[in-house]
Amino acid sequence: MTLDNIASMKYFAPELILSIGILAILTVDLIVGKPDRKRSSLLAMSTLVLALLATLVTSDGVSRGLFGGLIARDPFTDFFKLLFIATTAFVGVAALRSRDTIEYQPGEYQDKESGEFYALTLTAAIGMMLMAAATDLLMAFLSLELVSILSYILAGFKRRDRKSSEASLKYVIYGGVASGVMLYGMSLLYGLAGSTSLSAIHAIKDPPLLTLIAAITLCFAGFGYKIASVPFHMWCPDVYEGAPTPVTAFLSVGPKAAGFALLIRFFHGAIPADVRSVPLILGLIAAATMTLGNLAAINQTNIKRLLAYSSIAHAGYILLGLVAGNDDGQRAILLYLVTYLFMNLGAFLVVMAMSDAGLGEELSEYRGLGKRAAFPALVMAICLFSLTGLPPFAGFFGKFYLFAALLSRGGTFNTALALIGILNSAVSLYYYARILRAMYFEKPTNEAPILEASLHRWNMGIMAAVTMGLWLAWTPLVDFAGASIVQWYPHATQVASLH
Amino acid sequence: MTAVLSVGLNHFLVLSALLFAIGLLTVATRRNAVAILMGVELILNAAALNFVAFSNYVEGAVGGQVFAVFIIVMAAAEAAIALAIVLAIFRHFRTIDSNETATLNN
Repeated sequence: MTLDNIASMKYFAPELILSIGILAILTVDLIVGKPDRKRSSLLAMSTLVLALLATLVTSDGVSRGLFGGLIARDPFTDFFKLLFIATTAFVGVAALRSRDTIEYQPGEYQDKESGEFYALTLTAAIGMMLMAAATDLLMAFLSLELVSILSYILAGFKRRDRKSSEASLKYVIYGGVASGVMLYGMSLLYGLAGSTSLSAIHAIKDPPLLTLIAAITLCFAGFGYKIASVPFHMWCPDVYEGAPTPVTAFLSVGPKAAGFALLIRFFHGAIPADVRSVPLILGLIAAATMTLGNLAAINQTNIKRLLAYSSIAHAGYILLGLVAGNDDGQRAILLYLVTYLFMNLGAFLVVMAMSDAGLGEELSEYRGLGKRAAFPALVMAICLFSLTGLPPFAGFFGKFYLFAALLSRGGTFNTALALIGILNSAVSLYYYARILRAMYFEKPTNEAPILEASLHRWNMGIMAAVTMGLWLAWTPLVDFAGASIVQWYPHATQVASLH
Repeated sequence: MTAVLSVGLNHFLVLSALLFAIGLLTVATRRNAVAILMGVELILNAAALNFVAFSNYVEGAVGGQVFAVFIIVMAAAEAAIALAIVLAIFRHFRTIDSNETATLNN
């Protein structure tokens, strides 16, 4: 059912609450005059808790179209709302103690941008929620741009840092080109369908196949850039290395998950099922993405760069669920994004805690970390084992469902892709083990123990505990993800009758 | 003769395809950050032109025109952010040549 603007407001409550919270953070900073990051983060966290409550209260398992069918409110969006709220909350708490989000001026300590940091991340959270909800090309474009523009600013948040500014410039140039190319593809889709709604594109009768494939491929430039898949991944290592670490952690989980949400809705909802070459193209992109990500990661010496290439490889694994193209594949993507949230954020939190304690970002600095900082090293080890996909860590179950979904479709192509994925996991063990070896088997240049902030310790503890213990709650999680793949599209009944 | 002289959908599509190609070429060949951003603007305008042109041939639909207006607004927002970033880059590097500002190793 499609609701009008007034009736939609109730189901738009989480986004509305976030908007009010953002304004409150900025206004309070202006009124009080003296910025205080504790206050800003407290406001941001309470906004997130309220948004979480609003999501749970207004979520009733019914699928609705809001604002005349521009966005949807269905279990799928609720799943991603929870994911994004969790990501923003964990990053927000970690940023409270991070030196990277404070402006330093020579000789004096300045905290004037703290409120802006929280306002920016919460705005990006709204953008991601809208990306997961968009059922119209216009909303898909606007939400994607909202997240992108916020990401550019966040990547350059350390204004007095060369690397941060450079990361931000690279991001804005790649992002601008990618979204322009995507828009051109969208304009072709509009020409074919005569409407911007995803279901109208689905209902195109006898499309000129070449034009349709070209339009879809052009659109993929925008989505592929958001999830950092080959060949739109070039920005990823530079931006991840140069951006402040809390921002890197945020970008590697939040916008990537939002990009996959948009991809799922686009490829499941808008692409007519009789376009056979789409899984082929997606499969080739997935294979190239994971192979390139893993091979390029082997030679990296900067830990943030290494994790950036690892996150490119993971985008490749997750794309496999899209190649499967059925409900099982979609469920596997949702499950993997949950496990990825905890294991990847955990790894970045260790980097963040260490750099706040004065350790550099080069891999050589991590030598002997097992002795110098036992707990962060342990958390890092758990997250890396999970990213490799070793049982009983969460990453194993996530990968298992992805490969199983692909293999159950049968066919030589799907089997070959799954094999490439498994081989790639073996390759990834090699470079993850390099970090482990540095931490546990190499002599440190400096024996002094490193003390991490207690806030970081708690945050890392949560990530490690969930990564290790997710199998205990795996069955309910699978049920939850399975129930979340029901999707709403505008005029869904009309589309059904056309076929 | 009128059939030859009248401007149809194809004319718009060819023009926008040319704009798109010039935009991509500008992005690929220019080294100056501001020139690259101008190329991005060309790509965005190519898409906007497509939307308006298609919208003219869909009966009773204004979706394409609305989309074009949103593209223009978004292009302005992105240009504002991008130029601010270029300013920050200039402060650090004293140049906006994208070759000379590449210090992050590949």
